[in-house]
Amino acid sequence: METMTTTAWELACHIDDAVENGGVCVQIRGKQIALFYFKRRNEWYATQNECPHKKQMILSRGMTGSLGETPKVACPFHKKTFALDTGECLSGDECAITTYPVKVEAGLVYISLEN
Amino acid sequence: MNIIKKTVVIIGNGMVGHRFCEKLLAKSNQFNLIIFSEEPIRAYDRVHLTDYFKNTAVNDLYLSDSNWYYSNNIDLHLNDPIIAIDKEQKFVQSKQGVQISYDFIVFATGSAAFVPPIPGIDKQGVFLYRTIEDLDRIKEYAPRARKGAVIGGGLLGLEAAKALVDLQIQETAVVEFAGRLMPRQIDDTASATLQNKLHTLGLHCLLHKSTTQILGDNKITGLAFADETSIAADILIVSAGIKPRDELAKEIGLATGARGGIVVDENMRTSDSNIFAIGECALHQEMIYGLVAPGYEMAEIAASTIIGEHKTFSGFDMSTKLKLMGVDVASFGDPFICEPEARTIHIEDKNKGIYKRLNISADGKRLLGGILVGEASSYNMLLQTVNNNMPIPEHPELLLFHEKLSNQPAGAGLDALPDTALICSCEGITKAQICDALTQPGCENLEDVKKCTKAGSGCGGCIPMVKDLVAHTMKQQGKYIRNTICEHFDYSRQELFDLIKIHELHHYDEVLDDLGKGHGCEVCKPLVSSLLASIWNEMILGKGNDVAQDSNDRFLANIQRGGTYSVVPRIPGGEIRPEKLVVIGEVAKKYNLYTKITGGQRIDMFGAHVNDLPFIWEELIAAGFESGHAYGKALRTVKSCVGSIWCRFGLHDSVSFAIKIEERYRGVRAPHKFKSAVSGCIRECAEAQSKDFGIIATEKGWNLYVCGNGGSKPQHALLLASDIDSDTCIQYLDRFLMFYIRTADPLTRTATWLNKMDGGIDYLRNVVVNDSLGMAEIWEREMQALVNAYQCEWKVAVNDPNIRKRFVHFVNAPDQKDETVKFDEMRGQKKAADWNTIITP
Ligand code: SRM
Ligand SMILES: Cc1cc2nc3c(=O)[nH]c(=O)nc-3n(C[C@H](O)[C@H](O)[C@H](O)COP(=O)(O)OP(=O)(O)OC[C@H]3O[C@@H](n4cnc5c(N)ncnc54)[C@H](O)[C@@H]3O)c2cc1C
Ligand code: SF4
Ligand code: FES
Repeated sequence: METMTTTAWELACHIDDAVENGGVCVQIRGKQIALFYFKRRNEWYATQNECPHKKQMILSRGMTGSLGETPKVACPFHKKTFALDTGECLSGDECAITTYPVKVEAGLVYISLEN
Repeated sequence: MNIIKKTVVIIGNGMVGHRFCEKLLAKSNQFNLIIFSEEPIRAYDRVHLTDYFKNTAVNDLYLSDSNWYYSNNIDLHLNDPIIAIDKEQKFVQSKQGVQISYDFIVFATGSAAFVPPIPGIDKQGVFLYRTIEDLDRIKEYAPRARKGAVIGGGLLGLEAAKALVDLQIQETAVVEFAGRLMPRQIDDTASATLQNKLHTLGLHCLLHKSTTQILGDNKITGLAFADETSIAADILIVSAGIKPRDELAKEIGLATGARGGIVVDENMRTSDSNIFAIGECALHQEMIYGLVAPGYEMAEIAASTIIGEHKTFSGFDMSTKLKLMGVDVASFGDPFICEPEARTIHIEDKNKGIYKRLNISADGKRLLGGILVGEASSYNMLLQTVNNNMPIPEHPELLLFHEKLSNQPAGAGLDALPDTALICSCEGITKAQICDALTQPGCENLEDVKKCTKAGSGCGGCIPMVKDLVAHTMKQQGKYIRNTICEHFDYSRQELFDLIKIHELHHYDEVLDDLGKGHGCEVCKPLVSSLLASIWNEMILGKGNDVAQDSNDRFLANIQRGGTYSVVPRIPGGEIRPEKLVVIGEVAKKYNLYTKITGGQRIDMFGAHVNDLPFIWEELIAAGFESGHAYGKALRTVKSCVGSIWCRFGLHDSVSFAIKIEERYRGVRAPHKFKSAVSGCIRECAEAQSKDFGIIATEKGWNLYVCGNGGSKPQHALLLASDIDSDTCIQYLDRFLMFYIRTADPLTRTATWLNKMDGGIDYLRNVVVNDSLGMAEIWEREMQALVNAYQCEWKVAVNDPNIRKRFVHFVNAPDQKDETVKFDEMRGQKKAADWNTIITP
């Protein structure tokens, strides 16, 4: 396996820990990160777990879906939706969420907290 | 050739000033627009200001997105009022020192709240109700206040008073100088009816009260009146009328009215031909219009005049509808006109709290105006009848009864409306414009019409009528109106129900692949999940279906503030043995849960971490409990009264029947939740007539009532069948529920479903009791299949390792709880920390 010293990739979890077409929450260096596995498109996304609307640590428990081609997640509390690729809020002008790069290697999921 | 653009300076960025810019931009690109605004934020929807208390976000109120001004080359100076104008040299001067030469000026300075000169009015705790900043101040102060008062019982005053109630002020009084509420819109009887209604909302009205002093040292403690009475109050909103912002106009010598307002002609020109005034600051023929629709019309006229078109303002209809949730009050045309110019017809139903008045022309042929209190669904049609001078029926009294109107052949009223009828007065949209839009490809529902024409995007009062027009026009064009679900499914719920069944689909992804497109969303996922559950009744968290469930269904519990969950075990009929009560107590103690008796005769435990849920349920299940489906669109509770087992009046054993029914339909999923109750006699202690289905014992058997609702729009259940035996009752219920499950729109309770059903309860009775559709046998069989397939989802969840492992907060630290969850303490139990004050690290 190639070494990962140059980039700040952090081990998040095993791919079996992730949920197909849904989200889970991982803790990395004390931070809560929502990790989404879009199996239907074979894509992975990571964002902050906190919903900016009422500051709830919850986005990982939201429903994923698409708006046109944009992958999105809906917060379980008041259904505000956020684009998973850009973090942009798709309903009203609630503030955007932070997104993080994800990579999958040898059955393990890595997230970089540098963005 | 280089055309030199002319400069228009707009003073004020309120609703009308903003609309003026839109209008002028749409007409010409030959102008530089420069706006000066005194307020610190760009134009927002003042009409819906009160909503700011509900959703907090000012974002939802803005009239444009943040780069609208920039992308249209408009120069917007916020927080910078104009303080001087030189009419000779033609330049304006702002407070922050900006000087601009102009070709035209448009005053759109609106108005300010009128503050009567009452001693003490400057005390702390006294507020106005006009801007976002006013509301911010009220919001900040309100938590300290217990008794509220509002000076002014007009449209605005009532809105402000209701806002105080919603801000949890315990008692609020409305103080009105005149002898009635909304003196400009309604008459004495209407006011009395309205007062009764407001009383039920917690508002007391004090009429004939002239406030002479605001009591208190620094802070307000009360109000004293001229009649030497007084009341206590620690928060006061003054809403005693408006005062046009004409001070700058006056200073530069423009003509203004004796009681305020910048005088304009029919083209919106002031006494200086390069200066215009529009909106609430403009005085047209001695009249200030305190509504947004006439302001928008003035914006159109000023913009037309500036580009050289000829359009004139000829006054505007002042009809209005009060926009308080649950209080229907409307006044239209000339509400007060009486003999000899008019004959009035009125009804007053003190029982239902309804008052309606119609003013008919002396020849009996035209409607001149009227008032509606308590029931205003015919407002739009009546308003149209007045404004379009339409003939009225031979028996105009029929117009007072909404039912009678709806018995006319469908659309009769709409057909008769002339094309020029103004449907949306805020946006100035006519019937013809709406009907034309509907002939365009892709425009076929209310949302489309709103987008294409803007109709209904103002105060929203015309939306019911726009909806009717859409339905009517689509029908005329032979188009079948389908309520398709979302961008991923081009089907209605009912179509999808049949397709899933025919194709025998069991998983969300299969349904999406076979019948839909894209990747789903938060609308179609729960809807399809609910259909799959209604059709197959399989464990809802089965593979792939878990992520398609609404959050509450996915974790088999209701999510609450902070992200913890509630636990509600089923307690059929509300009957519980002492040993089981002890178990609930022990479990709640062990996992530190808040406990409360619910309104549904059972016990709710709140504040469970997601990690603890399986452990809590394991213990409850071991003690014989099962899921209460408090989280699902499914059967909630069947309440019971104690009935003949103890009660001296009880006719039958209502408890046993309630338990039987609850155990039969537990776990059945439907378009919305459904509830029931069984009462042992006509005294009705179980409140069965407020339920989706309710059963009441009679001498001879049971009376079955259906389609009742509590909640935000209460409705009594209607009698479906009387004096039936227990088996017949269950048979009818099977049919009734399957019919509902199959045909209701998503998230529609039985009451709303029935309200939309052609033929109403008589039709429903025919289907259920007389089997007019020939479906009875099939439905009974389908229901029996659902009953047989029942299993407690929590039992399955705790025993299936794959499902159980999803009940964690961190997948990479499964034992760890979310440390951001915070609780406060109250009366010896915990409660969720207020999410408006939580500060996250
Ligand atoms: C706990 C309880 C309040 C209480 O402390 O008493 C309650 C709590 C909630 N109700 Fe209720 N309702 C409760 C009885 C009622 C009742 C009274 C009754 O059932 O007899 C009503 C009016 C009757 C009716 O439904 O017709 C009621 C009408 C609503 C409504 C409005 C429904 C409507 O048709 O307008 C909602 C909103 C919704 O469902 O969309 C709602 C929604 C909610 C939710 C689910 C809101 C939410 O999403 O969090 C609350 C969940 C709390 C939780 O975590 O368990 N609740 N709710 C009651 C639980 C009863 C039970 O044992 O299951
Ligand atoms: C709570 C509430 C509810 C309402 N409900 C309804 C309703 O249901 N239906 C309805 O039709 N109407 C309603 N109205 C009235 C409606 O909001 C007004 O008719 C409308 O906003 C008038 O628009 P305007 O642009 O003329 O004035 P405004 O919206 O008041 O805007 C004027 C702006 O000009 C600014 N200004 C003043 N002087 C200067 C200066 N010298 N330099 C720069 N800027 C200046 C002011 O600060 C203000 O921002 C309601 C109003 C309130 C407050
Ligand atoms: S009425 Fe029902 S939904 Fe509203 S706060 Fe109370 S429990 Fe929650
Ligand atoms: S907390 Fe996420 S939408 Fe409200």
